[in-house]
Amino acid sequence: MTVGDASIWISVAILLAAVYLWLTANRLDRLHARVEGSRSALDAQLVRRSSVALELATSQLLDPATSLLLAEAAHEARDAPEDERELAESSLSRALRAALEEPGQLDEIDATTGGPELIKDLAAASRRVVMARRFHNDAVTATRAVRRKRVVRWFGLSGRAPLPTSFEMDDEPPKSLGAAL
Amino acid sequence: MRVGLVCPYSWEHPGGVQAHVRDLAEMLIALGHEPSVLTPGDDDANLPAYVVPAGRAVPVRYNGSVARLNFGLISATRVRRWLRDGAFDVLHVHEPAAPGLSMLALWAADGPAVATFHSSITRSRAMAAAYPILQPIIEKVSARIAVSEAARRTLVEHLGGDAILIPNGVAVSRFASAEPLPGWPDPAGTLGFLGRFDESRKGFAVLRDALAPILTAHPGTRILVAGPGDAEEALDGVPPAVRDQITMLGMVSDVDKARMLRSVDVYVAPNTGGESFGIILTEAMAAGTPVLASDIDAFARVLDDGKAGALFPNGDSAALAAEAIALLHDNDRRDRLAEAAREAVRQYDWETVAADIVAVYETVAGQRLNAANGDAQGARGSSSAAARSVTEVGAVRDSRWRRFGLPSLGDRRP
Repeated sequence: MTVGDASIWISVAILLAAVYLWLTANRLDRLHARVEGSRSALDAQLVRRSSVALELATSQLLDPATSLLLAEAAHEARDAPEDERELAESSLSRALRAALEEPGQLDEIDATTGGPELIKDLAAASRRVVMARRFHNDAVTATRAVRRKRVVRWFGLSGRAPLPTSFEMDDEPPKSLGAAL
Repeated sequence: MRVGLVCPYSWEHPGGVQAHVRDLAEMLIALGHEPSVLTPGDDDANLPAYVVPAGRAVPVRYNGSVARLNFGLISATRVRRWLRDGAFDVLHVHEPAAPGLSMLALWAADGPAVATFHSSITRSRAMAAAYPILQPIIEKVSARIAVSEAARRTLVEHLGGDAILIPNGVAVSRFASAEPLPGWPDPAGTLGFLGRFDESRKGFAVLRDALAPILTAHPGTRILVAGPGDAEEALDGVPPAVRDQITMLGMVSDVDKARMLRSVDVYVAPNTGGESFGIILTEAMAAGTPVLASDIDAFARVLDDGKAGALFPNGDSAALAAEAIALLHDNDRRDRLAEAAREAVRQYDWETVAADIVAVYETVAGQRLNAANGDAQGARGSSSAAARSVTEVGAVRDSRWRRFGLPSLGDRRP
């Protein structure tokens, strides 16, 4: 083998490695974009859910004690700082269950004007929170798996993008809402 | 909303995935959306207006049956053109882990993508080998849907991550209102079977071996069989007395399928495995026909562990015969099962299922749409979030530049 042959093979190897790095960087970039997108979708759905919960709390369709409890939980969920968000949203899920899983409560709301629409909105918002969170955590899992790869760590392919974290909360909707979907 | 649906299996050959995509497309049209379906098929084939053919499909063995799939350069080019011309708000591919159009579409796509996983596959060496190729493609999917718990488990085991569960839809009213075939059901009792009877996992042999004892205990029972396959081969070795009681309808249209399900006293599903959901069970349930099925996971789930239909141990012809005889003798129990089934099938009604799928579309494509046209549903109190999400998406686009130490576009804005 001559020096010329060797240098050709070395250049080919370097070229292939560069292509691989470029593809992996692209893949990671796409994943980061997906995580950011799924996170903002989750934010939007959470805000939507707390808005409907607040609307329900101030609609005078519930008794005053339940209304107050629900309004408080909805406010806290909206105003919670980032590191307490998961806790506050979980509390809202629990408050919604406490308010709506009481036997007969849903029928009573359904019988009022504007009640059925509110319940339908709430059912849709709760379902979408479950979806958006599942999609987000899925994106986080995929991104973290790629970021664990050695080539990504050695070549710093993830740049300065922060390591994404999953959103852990109790998102179980009130059982009685199942039929309203 | 403009939705690009991809069905990797050939439209002309009936199957669960094809039926699902067709019904979904028709429901979407009814809801005011604009779906376009890309599927294998010739240009001159007689296809509905919303279907775009992607060229001739090649029959190949995949996951235990013969499937007609598209692959290769010509298909890839057609997929790209369809994606470009369609300008879809969301791309919804079906069965993306099967080698075919869905995979090609995901490969070429760069907008929001949704994927539905239909089948349950046992872990194979081929899947493990394909993993590094498959993974970057599947990663493009923003929202994964599994039609059943079995399909979801397959996904978790093979690809990692998770999916939300949205069951297969069934057009309940179409089945509930179908007219029975003339002269059926026979007053002496009628059993029904539907499916490719020459495919062993459909379990026709299990039913065939149960027929002699059933006819001894319940003489005159007739068996209505529909589906493609070689009848002579399937009935090989069956005594003439039993054979006389069997009526073969051959392959039936969708309309006749619904009528056939209404023409029997008990629908028998002896499938031995490979089923992820059991759409045919929900169709029989919608038709108000009591179901007797093997106790494979998917069927037990649809039948609510035996509350909405009778179950027998998988592959056990004697047990099938005993249950069928008991059901044929007990009108009240049949009525009770049919009633429970009608109640249980409501969650699979297309109206419910399609609304849930549209919710998924809105979750992945929603921010952009909400911001664009102030969608009434999403706008309630979420406008600030939508505005925030737009700037965030912008920030992500720029992250590529930041990685190379360049100032992002966002940084330069005042």
